[in-house]
Amino acid sequence: MSWILATPIIIPFATAVLAFLFRHGPEGRWLSVLGSAGLLVSSIILMLTVLDEGVIAAQMGQWPAPFGITLAADLLSAVMVVITGITGLAIAIYALADVEQRKEQLGYHALYQVLLAGVCGAFLTGDLFNLYVWFEVMLISSFGLLILGGTRAQLDGGIRYVTLNLISTILFLSGVGLLYGMTGTLNMADLHGAVQEVDNPGLLVVVAVMFMIAFGVKAAVFPLFFWLPASYHTPAISVSAIFAGLLTKVGVYSLIRTFTLIFTTDIAYTHTILLWVAGLTMVTGVLGAAAMNDFRRILSFHIVSQIGYMVLGLALFTPLALVGAVFYLVHHIIVKANLFLVAGVARRIAGSTELGQIGGLYKTAPLLALLFLIPAFSLAGFPPLSGFWAKFLLIKAALEEGGYIIAGVALAVGLLTIFSMTKIWGYAFWKPHPAGLEPRLSRLSARDRAALLTPIAALAVLTCIIGLFPEPFVQFATRAAEQLLDPQTYVQTVLAAAPEAGQ
Amino acid sequence: MELLVAIMVGVLVAASVHLMLARNVLRFIFGLVLISNAANLIIFASGRLTPESPPLIAEGETTPALDAANALPQALVLTAIVIGFGLFAFALTLVYRAYQNLGTLNSDEMRVAEPQAQKPSTAGQVAEKQYIARDADA
Repeated sequence: MSWILATPIIIPFATAVLAFLFRHGPEGRWLSVLGSAGLLVSSIILMLTVLDEGVIAAQMGQWPAPFGITLAADLLSAVMVVITGITGLAIAIYALADVEQRKEQLGYHALYQVLLAGVCGAFLTGDLFNLYVWFEVMLISSFGLLILGGTRAQLDGGIRYVTLNLISTILFLSGVGLLYGMTGTLNMADLHGAVQEVDNPGLLVVVAVMFMIAFGVKAAVFPLFFWLPASYHTPAISVSAIFAGLLTKVGVYSLIRTFTLIFTTDIAYTHTILLWVAGLTMVTGVLGAAAMNDFRRILSFHIVSQIGYMVLGLALFTPLALVGAVFYLVHHIIVKANLFLVAGVARRIAGSTELGQIGGLYKTAPLLALLFLIPAFSLAGFPPLSGFWAKFLLIKAALEEGGYIIAGVALAVGLLTIFSMTKIWGYAFWKPHPAGLEPRLSRLSARDRAALLTPIAALAVLTCIIGLFPEPFVQFATRAAEQLLDPQTYVQTVLAAAPEAGQ
Repeated sequence: MELLVAIMVGVLVAASVHLMLARNVLRFIFGLVLISNAANLIIFASGRLTPESPPLIAEGETTPALDAANALPQALVLTAIVIGFGLFAFALTLVYRAYQNLGTLNSDEMRVAEPQAQKPSTAGQVAEKQYIARDADA
């Protein structure tokens, strides 16, 4: 059992070591693709096992829970690992044509794989302190990726990214310390029972808010998001895309995990804060995007705005709302990573991501225009694409709870999202290129074209599939939400998992 | 003992907030070092601080005495210190590189990534030109 849970972490780590050794030759980038494909396969095996058996858990080392190193996967963890595998592979292929050789020699592919390992570890761990360690693994590799190349903009954005994220980890760590002092355990399943017996519930809420702030910084919610639009548009496109797809979502995942499993003692207080945060995050993100004039900076602000929808699902805390949140997480990772990849191709053939300096893409590169329209409409929530169902579920959940204002806000933000997307469309695709350039896909070599467009097309097809056949995905999200709202199975499985012999 | 540590944590956090509110990025990094040590002390204190009773298990018993210090938070602190050390080494190098390249430590003057006016930075333009040149070569 334990190997199924451990492979999504081991494979990227092993790949990272190999990719580092072969960083000077072309082998490094192919190893990265191969490793990401291996990650995808192992994550699908994990998913099939979880679908079959419900929650699975294993103790690494020979110590039983709650003392051992617990790895656990329920449906939410499993689907997050699968989606990590999908985006990881897509962007590894894209990187074949996007990352310069100089960056490869500095160890781009090794850092990329360590990042994937950190993300998978965070999704699979069943222990709060280990979650902290996985966050650090993720952080340090993301630091490296962000400033690789060392342009002035990267260093500038990097300082904001590094400092604010470090503050968040320190808050997280303090929260872990205080929680351990109160309960004597850090195993998440064990904590579920232990927090009920804390004799000072007020202090527990304080710790809950510390975790909320720490994960809130990672998830880039209002008012803690400033590091994100300052840095996400500076590194290589593949780095922007993997950050945009996965990193903030680890924060959202951690929020969902801790605020459904551990901090449910004072829902009226904590989840009301989350509701306000959700609304304000949606609005500020979308308004920030409206003020931007750069392809990637618009998309960066939209990450913030979309995070609000996921937090909304958690804040409402009804079965339907959590279904919406899980669905939204999956949809958003695919769509947002894809939009960044499109921005990268636009930059390659038109010369910039600054909207004032590019244009004419619709006339001379209609295929790219189509590939942009699919994720852009999906992001804005057009039927029949995946974003429509995600928003539909969340807004329906809000209306059922009588949250007319928040439902109205969510709808209005959707409308403003369309505004931003039409702005990109108008500037980058419709208006003629200001320098008279004719941006054609044929400017790229055949090899680059294949490496850049295949992942974009694959992710776009995935969006369409989720949108056209939402039934199985919604059913899956429903089961995942049931597990989150009734964590008894999770708790029992983790605490009963026998330690593995002979590690 | 816990009270002393608690006061210590308070002083450290206050000092670090003071440092972090400065516009000088280097001061900010020093503040970060202080606040991370405050966090380490919190974990340390959460495992009971007892100078008199060592966490040893008496013969015939299976658990140590109830008021003995818990060893787990101390192990956690060690991990946190090591990780923190690595991160700060990185942060310091980053600040140094930024100072070399941007020529300032004032965070208000660091506006390359987010220029005030809506026009692209020169650094961005150079990068973009290299990008196009690369494709033209290919």
